[in-house]
Amino acid sequence: MSDCVVSAKGVRKRFADREVICGIDFDIRPGICFGILGPNGAGKTTLMRMLLGLSPVTDGDYTLFDKPVSDASTHSRVGVVPQQDNLDPDFSVRLNLHVYAGYFGIRAADAASRIDELLEFAALATRGDDKVARLSGGMRRRLMVARALINNPDLIVLDEPSTGLDPQARHLIWQRLRSLKARGKTLILTTHYMEEAAELCDELIILDHGTILTRGTPRALIAEHVEAEVVAVRGLSNELDAAELCEGLDIRRDHVGDTWFCYGSDARPLVARCSKRSELSFIHRPASLEDVFLKLTGRDMRAEA
Amino acid sequence: MSALSLQPGHVLAVWRRNFLVWKQLAAASMLGNFGDPFLYLLGLGYGLGHYIGDMSGIPYMAYLASGILCSSAMNTATFEGLYSAFTRMNQQGTWESMLATPVRINEIIAGEQMWAASKSLISGTAIFIVAGLLGAIQQWDTALLALPVIFLIGLAFAGPALAFCAVSPSYDFFLYYFTLAITPMFLFCGVFYPLDTLPAAVQDFAQILPLTHAVALVRPLLTEMPLTEPWLHAGVLAAYAIGGFLLATRLATRRLLR
Repeated sequence: MSDCVVSAKGVRKRFADREVICGIDFDIRPGICFGILGPNGAGKTTLMRMLLGLSPVTDGDYTLFDKPVSDASTHSRVGVVPQQDNLDPDFSVRLNLHVYAGYFGIRAADAASRIDELLEFAALATRGDDKVARLSGGMRRRLMVARALINNPDLIVLDEPSTGLDPQARHLIWQRLRSLKARGKTLILTTHYMEEAAELCDELIILDHGTILTRGTPRALIAEHVEAEVVAVRGLSNELDAAELCEGLDIRRDHVGDTWFCYGSDARPLVARCSKRSELSFIHRPASLEDVFLKLTGRDMRAEA
Repeated sequence: MSALSLQPGHVLAVWRRNFLVWKQLAAASMLGNFGDPFLYLLGLGYGLGHYIGDMSGIPYMAYLASGILCSSAMNTATFEGLYSAFTRMNQQGTWESMLATPVRINEIIAGEQMWAASKSLISGTAIFIVAGLLGAIQQWDTALLALPVIFLIGLAFAGPALAFCAVSPSYDFFLYYFTLAITPMFLFCGVFYPLDTLPAAVQDFAQILPLTHAVALVRPLLTEMPLTEPWLHAGVLAAYAIGGFLLATRLATRRLLR
């Protein structure tokens, strides 16, 4: 028995012509929110699908609650919130949950009281009798979270839970996910919103081209990979101009399109210089996970994205 | 994972999901399954029956009603196994949502197959009642045995339909299945006239088709025609049901669990 909810050792996934997961190792301890980050095509979804037994593991040791991921009996302890809406459009909110409870063998009477709690939790208590088709995007996503909790799972797996939601809906989802963590649930989250990862994740891995680029807490990753402060400057005419602006300062520069990203442990002198040049526009902010992500995975637009 | 290791609770949960959807739209759904065969029965049974009189020694209405009962079971199960199952597999993500639970792909196929057969039974029962009212049922003591047979017919057609569904890229492909498999059976398996009027080669070929055996089993149960080799007919239908289930499970696994 290990004390990990999920354990991956040398996990590989090969499709006919290419390897999309190239030997990955990680462990997920109980009670944390674990983030899997990466650009589109990095292998996040494949890693999740394998975890849920939806895609056979080509090679390596991938376990869920100490059992191979292919063993679906572990699904009774797992809740899944897929990215794609697969609620039953023919059913009311309540009936969606009832029918889903049936797949877990939960008795109708037990399900009924559980469903009341879940509708309350998902802020859908007044919408129980509405058809799913009449719900907003945020409500549907909350219903999917509620559905994933019907079997009172120990692990909840979420694939881009806030994609396509407005800020209010997104914050409500985040709040609910934090409260699940507070109740001792383990969460696995894939996302390409760095803000989401920073808000929720205790630990994360950044994935690209099927390998793990880095791992750690959001704070540690920022400390390890980027300087503390960033000044994003627009209006510079060329690289020479940028070099001149930063002359004599301990600044690392990164040029993308019309913007120069200037990283340093103390950016105040640079900010002072920028302020003197009225043709420049600039934003001064603390470095974020997004800076780490872009530094490691590159700023270039990708063909597969 | 063996395809035949099925947990009844899981299969029933899949079946129940489809049943609950049907229940909400039962009236419209019934009309679709039942309207068509009913028109055939009235139009051909009365119209054509008037000129034909008896066929194989029984009134044409009785002859036709038993055939239509079988062909409607075929159509209902096939339609459910193709169009409706495809919607759940491909459009709505229903199967994928089930796969996130302890339910397995073979249990989904089994539940879908049972449900398609249940729909055959529902529409078959309605036609059975109409046939009774029209005086097309001659043998009430064995007639009720036709109902479980209709369920078996549904299983036999739902299995292959689900297998075809699992490899179809879109709804458009189902037309091939109807044109190449379902319509020929409708016309050449003894629904409208006895097989022995056909050329010998066609008769032989018809013997491997499930609808031939469905008709050969159901017609003697409803009419005064003698019942011959019932277990052979039931065996062929069961073989289609089980073979279709195994094939559909294999193909759906290949499609969904990549």
